[in-house]
Amino acid sequence: MADRLARLRRRAELALAERVGAVRVLWRRSMQLRVVLSTVAMSTVVVLVLGLVLQTQIADRLLQGKQQAALVQADISRLNLERDLARVDPDRDGTRTTLDDALDRLTSSGSGSDRDAGAFEAVLIAGTEAIGTPGASSDPEATDPSSGPADVVPAQLRDPVLKGFLATKYVTVAQVGRPDVPALVVGQPVRTAGRNLQLYLIFPLSAEQRTLALIQSTLALAGLALLGLLAAISSIVTRQVVRPVRQAADVAERFADGHLDERMPVYGDDEVARLAESYNEMAASIQQQIHQLEEFGGLQRRFTSDVSHELRTPLTTVRMAAEVLHAQAEDMDLVARRSAQLLVDELDRFESLLADLLEISRLDAGMAELALEQVDVRDVVRRSAETVRHLVDETATPLLLDLTEPAVAEVDPRRVERILRNLLANAIDHGESRPVEVRVAADEHAVAVVVRDHGVGLKPGEAGLVFNRFWRADPSRQRRSGGTGLGLAISLEDARLQGGWLQAWGETDHGAVFRLTLPRTHGDLLRTSPLPLIPVSAAPAEAEPGIHEAAGTTGTALPPPETGEFPVVVGDGRNDAADAADAADAEDAR
Amino acid sequence: MSSRILVVDDDSSLAEMLTIVLQGEGFDTTVVSDGADALPTVRESAPDLVLLDLMLPGMNGIDVCRAIRAESGVPVVMLTAKTDTVDIVLGLESGADDYIVKPFKPKELVARIRARLRQFPTEPSEQMQIGDVTIDVPAHQVRRGSSPIPLTPLEFDLLVALARKPRQVFTREVLLEQVWGYRHAADTRLVNVHVQRLRSKVEKDPEHPEVVLTVRGVGYKAGPP
Repeated sequence: MADRLARLRRRAELALAERVGAVRVLWRRSMQLRVVLSTVAMSTVVVLVLGLVLQTQIADRLLQGKQQAALVQADISRLNLERDLARVDPDRDGTRTTLDDALDRLTSSGSGSDRDAGAFEAVLIAGTEAIGTPGASSDPEATDPSSGPADVVPAQLRDPVLKGFLATKYVTVAQVGRPDVPALVVGQPVRTAGRNLQLYLIFPLSAEQRTLALIQSTLALAGLALLGLLAAISSIVTRQVVRPVRQAADVAERFADGHLDERMPVYGDDEVARLAESYNEMAASIQQQIHQLEEFGGLQRRFTSDVSHELRTPLTTVRMAAEVLHAQAEDMDLVARRSAQLLVDELDRFESLLADLLEISRLDAGMAELALEQVDVRDVVRRSAETVRHLVDETATPLLLDLTEPAVAEVDPRRVERILRNLLANAIDHGESRPVEVRVAADEHAVAVVVRDHGVGLKPGEAGLVFNRFWRADPSRQRRSGGTGLGLAISLEDARLQGGWLQAWGETDHGAVFRLTLPRTHGDLLRTSPLPLIPVSAAPAEAEPGIHEAAGTTGTALPPPETGEFPVVVGDGRNDAADAADAADAEDAR
Repeated sequence: MSSRILVVDDDSSLAEMLTIVLQGEGFDTTVVSDGADALPTVRESAPDLVLLDLMLPGMNGIDVCRAIRAESGVPVVMLTAKTDTVDIVLGLESGADDYIVKPFKPKELVARIRARLRQFPTEPSEQMQIGDVTIDVPAHQVRRGSSPIPLTPLEFDLLVALARKPRQVFTREVLLEQVWGYRHAADTRLVNVHVQRLRSKVEKDPEHPEVVLTVRGVGYKAGPP
């Protein structure tokens, strides 16, 4: 039960939070809403204050007028009454009817003749006791003759009147079956033949109350109407300002989406028109620049394509001629035979250099096409290993493949194979016939392939240079795979094209590590790599020459977590290469 | 009798070198340097194979290929300097059977040419059926009912390769090896383009093929007899 309540409450809280969130989003996103709501809030305060002041003023004036009229009426009434009662002694019996008659005349004449004060009731009281009230009149014990509803008259009023002053007071008259009515009571002494009587005139304020109620409701209605109008006006005004801004935003968005012909309409000569004009100028200049760039790109593409054809055709002829010569080498003398051999070999180099140059210019021109497929990177590693088998055999290098973890990712298998072939050929080239280890790993977001050799390694700072075009670690060093000096540069571009990283680490005489990290889903941003770049153990695993698929290569095992010696590598390939170079420097310093 | 090869190339050195290499391999060669002359020469001399350079003055290599294909089923091997997918697919779609990217080694060229000239070993009176399509292997004829369907030799080979093992699914790589004679994994775009071309001829509705079926993720197979 408690559980269910708690769950219900949580759900309600969630729903509320959602609602609040939605409102907050609306609040943040709509300037119009913000302006309208703040206008309404502020004008509500103003209208309330104004309404209260107005109402108080009007009520005051109304009561003042009433009071003045009432005083005049009271004066007239007193004079009339004194004239009527000049010869009447209130203490004598039989005067009650006289008093009643006088009061009747008073009230009827007053209500008839003087409309300023309105209808009123009169009470005559003799002495301190309330007398003359209808109830009291039937009381046989009544000693003080009086007339009218005496119980309305409050005691505080009687004191000054008894002392002979004129006094006024507001009271509330209780009425049976009807709401209470406020009333103004004017009291004054009246001279008679006998002792003085007290005359109280009761002016009910019901008319004033009605007027006030009417004014109040009118004020409230007017206030509400004013608020509505203000909301509408602010909404319209904001719309006038916001609409061009929204239009501008829409236009800018479409422009950013590649609709370079989008322009803002310019109306009139105001600030918005100025904004539109300058925006349009900016758009035009951007469009022009983009067109120029596109033109350059097109020129470069055509140039690449032309170079491709123009160079390849004569190269084909030369190549065939060389092969023909080479095929007849046995009939030639030693010098000619060697020359033919050199010609053929160098043509191979020339050809791969040309192919690499064209590839990198294609990558530079952004013309590279990605053929993405879901593949297990381990298969690509196996294929790449097969393509370098001749190098493995020539150098008697053990090539250890640790392919225990499945690593399916959305990549361009040809490009990945090209990268790996490059890394493997490099590792074997510089590995001094010591084992080359390859390890594949994957996590939720990325797959990584690490290629580790135990050869001459890299000097401090070189890890950042290896991806430079035509950079060579040691120009005097013999190369077997006949690299062009562009291989790693192309590999880096290939990795980047797929949203991946290619990073290097190396230490003199401790070999080098290259790590390729690729996102499992194309377009995802890489944050971390499943494998560390810097190896833990520098000792090469013992192995026979040849390609082995073996688990547990030691080269890039994860370090114990508490050491935390690994620099966090982020960013794209080039920065990472620099980071890795720094890391390499740090390693050397230690 | 040696096979006759027509070389269409504007580059005279390359054409001469091609002639030397091909004649060394025992082929008869004729050289045409202008694309516009290619078609009349094909008509006149009916070569066994055309070696066509894609970049030609006068007439674009692709147009030449299309013109030849419109009249003849002679095997066409393109020489191209371009490796972009668009260029290669465009060349293949214009009717070329195979392509070879410059610069190539003479051995590679000769291997491709021999693969194209090679004939499927045929057994006498071998007849096959896929749907309502009849394949008469010795006569090199394909018929739907009684009306013959003209196929190029390559398309015919492709269809026969599929039809000979009706229940087997062929991967693109296997087809490349069996039909084109590639020993290493090569460009699977070749297969895709030629299957499309074959379908446009033998299928009633190429959008819903019944003769050459696609097996998603694997390759192709022949439809039921």
